[in-house]
This record gives sequence, structure tokens and C-alpha cells, in this order.
Amino acid sequence: MKNRIKVLRAEKDWTQAELAKAIQVSRQTVNAIETGKYDPSISVAFKLARIFEVNIEAIFQDSE
Amino acid sequence: MEHTKTELQDWEDQKKENIKHLKLWVGLWCLSMMLAAFGPKYMWDYNMLLTVPAILLNLGIGFKMLVWNKRYLLGLDEFQRKIQLEAMAWSLGVGLVVGLNYELLEDVKLISFQPEIPHLVILMALTVFIGIIAGNRRYQ
Repeated sequence: MKNRIKVLRAEKDWTQAELAKAIQVSRQTVNAIETGKYDPSISVAFKLARIFEVNIEAIFQDSE
Repeated sequence: MEHTKTELQDWEDQKKENIKHLKLWVGLWCLSMMLAAFGPKYMWDYNMLLTVPAILLNLGIGFKMLVWNKRYLLGLDEFQRKIQLEAMAWSLGVGLVVGLNYELLEDVKLISFQPEIPHLVILMALTVFIGIIAGNRRYQ
């Protein structure tokens, strides 16, 4: 699954660590999600959507 | 960011607290295991009145350690739990397959010594350890 977290994070000028704290996961988890190595649960996806103030679809796109 | 500072601090603090307690109970469990294993022979000459409580103490501390291990795992985020789960799956699989095979070696006289449970425990612990390192590296 592709995602735009890195872009959205850059727009907000947040570090991975700051984003990780905000959604209550580790920095390593944010990195794994950003690089597409790990697809988060729906709960984390909603947290990301809330924090970036966008829809989930604006963050994640199905790669197929 | 909408999470309050206290809420975030609570999450971080809880994780640290879980690790601190887990370390404490693992340490106590090791000490109680030493007491139950060596006490009867070296300290009280197999006196049942002391051996039985030492074994019960070891069991009790062991269960407390399991409880804190569970709390520690539940306190991790989902990705960290995934790494732990994969490592534990490897450990269980390796323990089962290699453990039975190890026992078989003695049955078919390919080894002359008696297979010991501690060998299996060490193997499983090493497998978890390697699994966690490998998991962390894979998702870096």
C-alpha cells in the first residue's frame, strides 16, 4: 500500500519522532509505515488521518 | 497535534514502567530458580520443608513474570508487537522441531548424553533474541 505520510509530515514540518509521539507509536513504526514496509491497522490509519486533518484515502492508496 | 502532553507522557511512562517491572521480575525469577535448584543440595540438605516453599516461590514469581511480560507486550505498539510475534513464532517452531529431534537423537543412539531441558530453553531464548534483531533490521 502506498502512502503520502512523508509528504504530509514535511508539510507540517514534523519529525518522525514528533509524529510517532502524536499517534502513540514508536519512531521505528512511523518509519516502517512511511517506507511502505508495514501497513498500519485501521486504528493507526484513523489517528494519522485525524492528525493530518485529511481523509484516510488522502494518505493511503491501494497499490493495485 | 491533538493529544495532550499528559496523555503522551502517560503512554511513554507506561512503556518504561512495564520494562522496569519486567526486568525486576525476570531478575527475581532467576534468583528464585537458583535458590530452588541449588538450595536443596548446598544450603539445606534436601529438607522438604524448605525445598517445597522454594519451588512454590519460584512458580509464583514465574507467573508474576509472565503477567508483566504480557503487560509489556500489550504496551508495545502494533508494529513492535508484530516483530515480537514473529520472533516468538520462530522460537516456538524451532523449539518444537529441534527439541523433538534432539530427544530423538538420544533414542536412536546418535548421541550418548541425555538431552536436557535447559539446552532447549537456551535455544528458544537465542531464537527469540535473533528473531527480534532480524525483525528490527528487516523493517528498518
